[in-house]
This record gives sequence, C-alpha cells and structure tokens, in this order.
Amino acid sequence: MRAGLAGWAFAAPALIIIGVFFFAPVLGAFAVSLTDFDLYALADLRNLRFVGLDNYLELLESRDFWRALGNTCYFVAAGVPLSIGASLAAALLVNSRLTRLPAFFRTVFFAPVVATLVAVALVWRYLLHTRYGLINWGLGGLGLSPIDWLGNPHWAMPAIILFAVWKNFGYNMIIFVAALQSIPGDLYEAAHLDGANGWQEFSRVTLPLLRPTTMLVGVLTVAGYFQLFAEPYVMTEGGPLQSTMSVLYLMYEQGFKWWNLGSASAIAFLLFLIVLAVTALELRLSRRREAA
Amino acid sequence: MGREGEVVATLLPQFQRLHPDIEVRVQQLPWSAAHQKLLTAFAGEATPDLCQLGNSWIPEFAALEALEPLEAAVAGSRVVASADYFPGIWQTNVVAGRLYGVPWYVDTRLLFYRRDLLAQAGFASPPRTWSEWRQMLAAIKARVGPERYSVLLPLNEFEPLLVLALQQPDHLLRDDGRFGNFESPGFHRALEFYREAFSNGWAPPVENTQIPNAWEELGRGYYSFYISGPWSIGEFKRRLPPEEQGSWMTAPMPGPEGPGASLAGGSSLVMFRRSRHKAEAWLLLEFLSSPAIQRRFYDVTGDLPPRRSTWEAPELADDPYTRAFREQLERVKPAPRVPQLERIVTEMRLMAARVVHGDLSVEQGTLELDRTVDAVLAKRRWMLARGAGR
Repeated sequence: MRAGLAGWAFAAPALIIIGVFFFAPVLGAFAVSLTDFDLYALADLRNLRFVGLDNYLELLESRDFWRALGNTCYFVAAGVPLSIGASLAAALLVNSRLTRLPAFFRTVFFAPVVATLVAVALVWRYLLHTRYGLINWGLGGLGLSPIDWLGNPHWAMPAIILFAVWKNFGYNMIIFVAALQSIPGDLYEAAHLDGANGWQEFSRVTLPLLRPTTMLVGVLTVAGYFQLFAEPYVMTEGGPLQSTMSVLYLMYEQGFKWWNLGSASAIAFLLFLIVLAVTALELRLSRRREAA
Repeated sequence: MGREGEVVATLLPQFQRLHPDIEVRVQQLPWSAAHQKLLTAFAGEATPDLCQLGNSWIPEFAALEALEPLEAAVAGSRVVASADYFPGIWQTNVVAGRLYGVPWYVDTRLLFYRRDLLAQAGFASPPRTWSEWRQMLAAIKARVGPERYSVLLPLNEFEPLLVLALQQPDHLLRDDGRFGNFESPGFHRALEFYREAFSNGWAPPVENTQIPNAWEELGRGYYSFYISGPWSIGEFKRRLPPEEQGSWMTAPMPGPEGPGASLAGGSSLVMFRRSRHKAEAWLLLEFLSSPAIQRRFYDVTGDLPPRRSTWEAPELADDPYTRAFREQLERVKPAPRVPQLERIVTEMRLMAARVVHGDLSVEQGTLELDRTVDAVLAKRRWMLARGAGR
C-alpha cells in the first residue's frame, strides 16, 4: 500500500502535467464541440447554445466535409506509398557500397526536410508555373502539352502530393538508413553463397528485416499525412475549386477565419477518430501478417 | 497596420507639439495577423484606445460590442464634417443606425486598361456601360487570339464579382441581413455577365497565384483590362518600363446601364469601448482626419483620402490616374454590413468558380448559394429575434 502511494507520488508530476496540458484541453475542446461557440459567444457567453451532437451531424451532412475528407484520403492513399517508396529507394542508394560520397547525398536528400516550407513552396510555385515553370518546360521537351498544375482541379492535388513527398521523404530515409545498417552483413554473405541475386537478396533478406521499421514509418507517415495543412495553405489556399482543401484546412477556416470554434472542434475530433481507426487497422493488419 | 502604421509614427511629432500632455504609443500590426490579434486582444481585454480597422470588419467588431459609437463626438466636432466625406464610404461605418468609425482612407476598384490596345481595336475611350464593355472585350479577344485575353478576373478574388453585383438594384441580402438574396434578378445578371466573360474566352480561368505579376502581364498585353485598386497606380508606375508608361490608364467601372458603382473599401479609425482615454483618442482621430494631415498621408502612402476637400489638393486633382478614382468615389456602395460578410463573399466566390468551370448553371449556383448563406446567417437571425424579444 505504501509502496503504491510512493509510486503514485513519483508519477504525480508527470501525470499532473499530462492532465493539465493534454487531457484538460482535449476535454475542453470536446465540450466546445458540443456548443455553437462563435463570434457572438465571444462577445457575450449568454449567446452560447448547447447543441449536443448537431455540429457533428451537420458536418456529416455537409458537402465541404466529405469533399475535404475525400481530398485528404486521396492525398494519404497516393502520398504515403510514394513517400515510403522514395524514402526506401533513397536509403538503399545512400547505403549502397557502390555510392560515392554517401554523406553528401544523405545531406542533400535530408535538406528539404529542414528547409522552411514557405520558402520552398514559393520555389515550387515557380517550378509548377503553367507558362514559365521548369516542369512544364521539361514536359514540353518531351513533346507533352503544358499542365496547369495549380490551376486545374485535377492536377492541383498531384502537384501537392509531389511537393509533399519531395519535402518529407528525407526524414523516413534517415530511419531506413539506420535500420539498413543494423542488418548484419553475414546474412547477405550467406544469401550470396546460396546463389541469391540482387533482387532476391533485397526481397528475402532486406525487406523482411525492415518490416518493423516499415511498420513504424507507415504508422507515422499515415498519421502525419492525414494532417495535411501547410502545403495547400501556402500553395493553393485550398483551391482551385476546393480540390486541395484538406480536413485540417477546413478546420482552420471554420475556426480561425469564421470563428465557428464549435464546428472546428467537432472537425478536430472527427479527424482524431479517423486517424485512430486507421492506425488501429494498420497495427492489426501487421500483427496478423507477423502471425501468419 | 502595415505601411500605414509606419507612416503614422512620422506624423505624430506634430500632434505631440499640439498636445504635449498626451503620450501616444503606436503598435504596428501586419495586415495578415491584424484581424486575429484584435480578436485576441478583445478576448483578453487588451484592446487599444484608437485603432485602424478595415471597414468590412466594423460590423463584426460592432457585434462584439467592442467599438465606441461616435455620433455624439462627430456632431460636436469642427474637424470631422460628415458631409465632406464620400457618402458610400461614410455608410460603411454605420451599422444598425449607429456610427462606429470615421473613414481614414479609401479603397475602391475600377478599371486599369491598355489605351493603345483599346485604340487598335477601334475604341477611343473606355466603356461606360456593360454593352460597350462587352463589345470591347469581344473585339480585343478577336484581335489577340487564343493565347491572350481581354480582362483578368482572378477566380480566387471575390471583388470583381462583388462589384458587378453591387451595381444591381437588388441587395445581396434581404430582411435586414437575415437571408441571402442571390436568386434576385440583379445577382443573376451579374453572375451571368461574369460567367460569359469566361465562356467567351475574354477572361482566363486562373487564380491570381498563377499570375505572379499582374501589372507586368498587363504591360505585356496578356489582357487589356484589370480590375484593381489605388495601390496598382504605384505598382504600374514602378514596374512598367518607361516606354510602356503612356499605354495604361484608369477608368471608372462601367455599369449595366451607365457609369456603375464600385465597392466602398478602405480603412476607418475606430475607438474601443473599453478605452480609458476616449477624449484623448478622439483628439488624435480628429488630427488624423484633418485635410492637411490627410494630404501629407497621401503624399507618403498613396492611400486615397475619403474627404472631398482633401481631393482639391493639386497632386490629387491634377493626376490623370487618380481622376477616375475621384469620379468613382462618388459612386461607391458598401458591401452588406453583417459580421458574416467575409464568409458570405467567400461562399459566393467558390460558387462562381464552380459556375465558371461548368459544374453548376447560374440558376443552380444562386439557389445553392442562397441555401448556404441562409445557414451561415442562422445564428444572426436567432440573435436578432432574441434582441427583439428583450
């Protein structure tokens, strides 16, 4: 009993901090999501109405929310595999014994991660420019007609995905490099002696041993990509025709542009539930694969 | 805010010579953060005494009951003479019959156009009516071919469509701002004209992020008409090479039947209700509103003054580029004065972009917009009903 008390006493500072800075705001936000907190309520709290789950029901009926969720899922579904693929490819390149100056390439690939998003977004806007951009100039060289990357509703999201993958792949690459370096060299030697070719070495030795890392990277990336915000914020402001409006961007508009904090909190909770569900699904799938 | 904040600091020494007992501290805010900072200041009970406020924000801060009504002070003032101000601009400060601000400088939008390209298409003077404008847009498009256009109407700017809509006799909202009125014949006409500009290839279907430099593009002749505000005068003077300087000019907005209205934009000076130095703040407001100071303010910033007497200064009266603004300012109209204005014009812009892309017809668009706007105004209706009940 006394040992238990002592344990609680030792844990108390951390628990209090978590309680005050995590659970209390989350509960507060949940409470706000059950009201119609807006500009009028800011003026006078008597203008605040308790609306129960109306904010949630309204969102589930609104075209904008489904549109934003669709855009976000598109971004996640296309962006995550591309991003992880690019990270793995870059990690293999950097880690290969044939590569010269591995440290140099590690730095180059990692540079976009630390570069300021707003600054590189500006550069990308020029690269993607319909008439003066380098990318369309390259397409023109291949005989393709120019693409209105950020102005065409069908191409804006691919452009955002391209930009986000380029911006983020370096981070996961570092994790993959660390994992690759922890694979013992004698496994490759053994595979080599058994007559395995390069592809077989990769698919039978490297990939299985990278599985825990891939799992980790996958969970982190999916959770991160669901929170798409800064890229459309600086590149397209959610446009054209709301084709790059993400769930978080919708929340920002509701909360900080229109001051509908009730509705914005409800969006935040819905997104939280979605990310939670997807992550749980991912973990279950990977566990089943391990068991198999 | 922004550049104005810097310039005010240079005007203050003169105020302090007049009133040595008053200490003025200037806090500068960037425009992009100003709205949020002021709302936060309101929530934290740290609002300033006197403040520059974009006039479209006034209804919002009035709804917060954050602003001090100024009718009595203006009535007793020998400096602020309401009849000297352009009426449309003055009206932007009046919400539900009460005056909450004094106009400081004005923004309105009108036509910037290429004189030489218009002349080549066979027109000696800029359009006065929509039908003249249509002819010019069509004639220019026929001359410049598929790669170039007649007019720039960026799809992510609500102002051009709002100006066309304000030229109509129908109000954008009905029942004292309780419901949307976008299914009115007037808004139909405005949206139809807007849609037509894109479907006929007069305007490129682009957002302004795709036009990194709208001024140079007018100089290159990518389009011949551009709807913009007073700041563009300085931009054109600075950015176009000397040989192109004679080619551009300003003109008042053409209207459906004759010279048309435009949007009454700009900034006002407001006093906050919680201020403990209202008498002193009013003295500073009067100082900044006097024609002599406004003239100096124009010389430094290029912000257009809201008073007719300031416009008699030669640098304003004799400048060929500001002349159109002088004429337009007599015909400016405020946007609907409800706190939800920004949301409403954003919804209008999004709907218009869908109409331009062919996702919606004009009828479907206006119907859907009215439905959205009615939902946005639901809380306002509740507030008004409750206010009447008390």
